[in-house]
Amino acid sequence: MSVVDRILGPAGPEVSCEECFELLDRYVDLELTGADPDAAIPGMSAHLEGCPACREDHESLRDLVSSES
Amino acid sequence: MPSPLAPGRDYARPVPDRAPDASVESPGASPEALLAGLRAEGHARDRAISELHALLLRAARFELNRRRAALAHVRGEELEDLATQAADDALMAVLAKLDEFRGESRFTTWAYKFALLEAGVRLRRRAWQNREVVIDGERWEELADPGGEVHRALEQAEVLDRLRAAVDEVLTAHQRRVFIALALNEVPIDVLAERLHTTRGALYKALHDARRRLRKELGR
Repeated sequence: MSVVDRILGPAGPEVSCEECFELLDRYVDLELTGADPDAAIPGMSAHLEGCPACREDHESLRDLVSSES
Repeated sequence: MPSPLAPGRDYARPVPDRAPDASVESPGASPEALLAGLRAEGHARDRAISELHALLLRAARFELNRRRAALAHVRGEELEDLATQAADDALMAVLAKLDEFRGESRFTTWAYKFALLEAGVRLRRRAWQNREVVIDGERWEELADPGGEVHRALEQAEVLDRLRAAVDEVLTAHQRRVFIALALNEVPIDVLAERLHTTRGALYKALHDARRRLRKELGR
């Protein structure tokens, strides 16, 4: 990803930070069961690309839950 | 920050001067049994709350441990205190929102996110506690990719010049401030939210609006 693309963030529609937190557990469980979370929750992956804090929250939840299974 | 849970101190334990131990075993009850206990009354609920706190503390330690590089200068006792505070606040949030859990994920996955959020916010703010938050100074000259091909570097420099002009011309003062701090200077959003007395969501909305206007201006 170029510097400019990183600065300008995702181009498509994305969920808000509040919606991201609301949906994060469902997104992670879908991810870890091999389902397609992006089809179920449109705009989530774009938000995770554009928001570093929500991206860290996502990575941590995915890795924590994954470590238990 | 005082703990909102005075009884929560019962959960605290002395720790050596090292990072929080994230290798604590997860509690034994199933997510379904834990949820049933939280919705029960009396001793069953008390036991479930204690177990939930242990789960949340484990999650908070997990978060602090995996991002310990950002807190290399912070002593282990303080890290453990941060983990306990995060678990306490997460416990209050989970209990307050319990009726909103609709079973669309495992209960533990749902509960963990509160502890990870609380720990992550505390971690970012603690890591930046003594750092200056540069909101107005811009770092355009530091953005160029070093070592790239000459024509690509020139192309990027041209786009950055247009972007810099657009930031001055099409953004509101608030959007410009938020965009420069978050996108250019890479100030963590939770740190900026604290300094500006606002929320992550409100700042990201401003950043999103700023990015959309800039994309439109640049035709990207």
